[in-house]
Amino acid sequence: MNEATLEIPYEIPEGARNPVEPFLRMDRMPHIWCAGCGIGTTVNCFTRALLDSKANLDKVAIVSGIGCTGRVAGYARLDSFHTTHGRAIPFATGLKLANPELQVVVYSGDGDLFAIGGNHFIHAARRNMDLKVICVNNMIYAMTGGQTAPTTPATAITATSPYGVSEPTFNLVALAEAAGASYVARWTTYHVKQLARSMEEVLKKKGFCFIEVISPCPTLYQRRNKMGDGLDAMKDYKAKSKVRNGAPTGECTLSKTGEIVVGKFVDRERPDYLELLKAQMIESLGDRYVEPEEACCSEC
Amino acid sequence: MEDELAASITIQGAVWGGAKAFTVTSGPGFSLMMEHIGYAAMTETPCVFVNVQRGGPSTGLPTLPAQADMMQARWGSHGDYGIIALCPNSPQECFDLTITAFNLSEEFRVPVMMMLDECVGHMTEKVVIPEAEKIAVTPRRYTTQPPEEFRAFEPKGDMVPDMVKAGDGYRFHVTGLTHDERGYPSMNVETQDRLVRRLLDKLKPLANGRALCETEGLDDADVVAVSYGITSRVAQRALQMARQRGIRAGKFRLISAWPFPAERIRELAGRVKAFVVPEINLGQMVYEVERAAAGKAKVIPVSHAGGTVHKPEAILKAIVEAAQ
Repeated sequence: MNEATLEIPYEIPEGARNPVEPFLRMDRMPHIWCAGCGIGTTVNCFTRALLDSKANLDKVAIVSGIGCTGRVAGYARLDSFHTTHGRAIPFATGLKLANPELQVVVYSGDGDLFAIGGNHFIHAARRNMDLKVICVNNMIYAMTGGQTAPTTPATAITATSPYGVSEPTFNLVALAEAAGASYVARWTTYHVKQLARSMEEVLKKKGFCFIEVISPCPTLYQRRNKMGDGLDAMKDYKAKSKVRNGAPTGECTLSKTGEIVVGKFVDRERPDYLELLKAQMIESLGDRYVEPEEACCSEC
Repeated sequence: MEDELAASITIQGAVWGGAKAFTVTSGPGFSLMMEHIGYAAMTETPCVFVNVQRGGPSTGLPTLPAQADMMQARWGSHGDYGIIALCPNSPQECFDLTITAFNLSEEFRVPVMMMLDECVGHMTEKVVIPEAEKIAVTPRRYTTQPPEEFRAFEPKGDMVPDMVKAGDGYRFHVTGLTHDERGYPSMNVETQDRLVRRLLDKLKPLANGRALCETEGLDDADVVAVSYGITSRVAQRALQMARQRGIRAGKFRLISAWPFPAERIRELAGRVKAFVVPEINLGQMVYEVERAAAGKAKVIPVSHAGGTVHKPEAILKAIVEAAQ
């Protein structure tokens, strides 16, 4: 992050202790996340990205599903929606279609977005729906007690796999690219500068954008797997991450103890859903095509 | 959208973005939509769900009629909540009641179910579509309060909160969790009691004075046929046949099936001999009639497992027996 961009264009309330506080619902603090959890770190990066992108915050909406990361929407001082398990993306789709001038961010966890909500993820990516999807991947269902998720690495011990996970894990970045995402990146909560920069990039980019953030869960993932606390996770990420921008996503599968390939893997231009829809309507209707009227009042 | 789970929540995103939105399905899709009907009830999101009922359970009888999702429409999502369900019996009513459904959803901020059956869904009849300016439209109850004063789930005099939409600077929060008047999650017993009771109580005007129904010959009736949807048209024939035989038979057609117009039935129960309740299921709305009648009049179900409509004679037979 360039130091020059750290100039804060917003008025900071008197007595504020942190420049990100105006972006948070401080009347909801303290938050529910455990000590050592990485979700708060990602929220800090997100607020930095909002600051740096100079987005009009009245036009940014945030949508979460269910789970630990699903609580992010409730702490963000934006128009915020805490929806049902797995359905943040279709809710966000409706929001975007009803008001295309909104910048719609989906902020949720790996279990929510890729197990129960996996179908919606691939279809929104296929359509290139103009959504910014941030997935905090802590590799487990944390809020419900540490059950195996599609992202839990093989051999890991969880509440529902006491002898170790036997299933292959989902490679989220490869899935996103294959399904059609315009932008795909992965960072860990150790890479705060890079993550904030990626978030800022997607806030300025049109189309379906996906950022995976590998994040520690000391309470449920690391404890059962004797992987230490939040600080140990940072050391682990530092030691095992390798920045490989543009790496083929198929080579970026995560494992329990192996290398963590991070970086920006995909950044491409595709017409988004609304552009495709309009083009098809013009193709089909010709002169009879009329622009949809914007809702100007409650009776429209 | 890719499936009914998606459709039933996409419409709610669209509503909070400022649009009016609805989705249409049949039994299996309706089952998939249940979680989001609960979400709409909890978040007080005005939207419309159309269910063209077919025979069930499971895949059942695609494209053949039934009325067996009536209890599901009321109770299908988990927890306590209220909804409105309307039952058109003609293409004209499909048009008219869809407008009513949207208007009621905006007024009460609840999901409204349009409970068709396959016959009404596939029926071809003349429909008069009025000029747009002659259609009464209930506007969304957007707040006039400034953001610093507005509390997103603070009920007004009619127990319904005013609304905002994304993008207008209110920075509001919506959650399916139990929430306080600010819309913030609140895990305490008092908030739960206050919120959930209000979700039910706000619909009371519609259950009582404003219930939508069509009645005929109730003044002197000994027997009243309570019906809805396509079955009300079969019952109409049975009632004609009964009257030709000198039986004082009356009609009570449910148009708003939920909230159930219990007071109307209770009042009738004091002065008629019996209710005959034909429906294309093995007994659903009949239990509501029975509950409201509270033993003061006989309640006779005329059930049918689905796939076709009743024969008027089957309903007539029940009316004749009830009149004796």
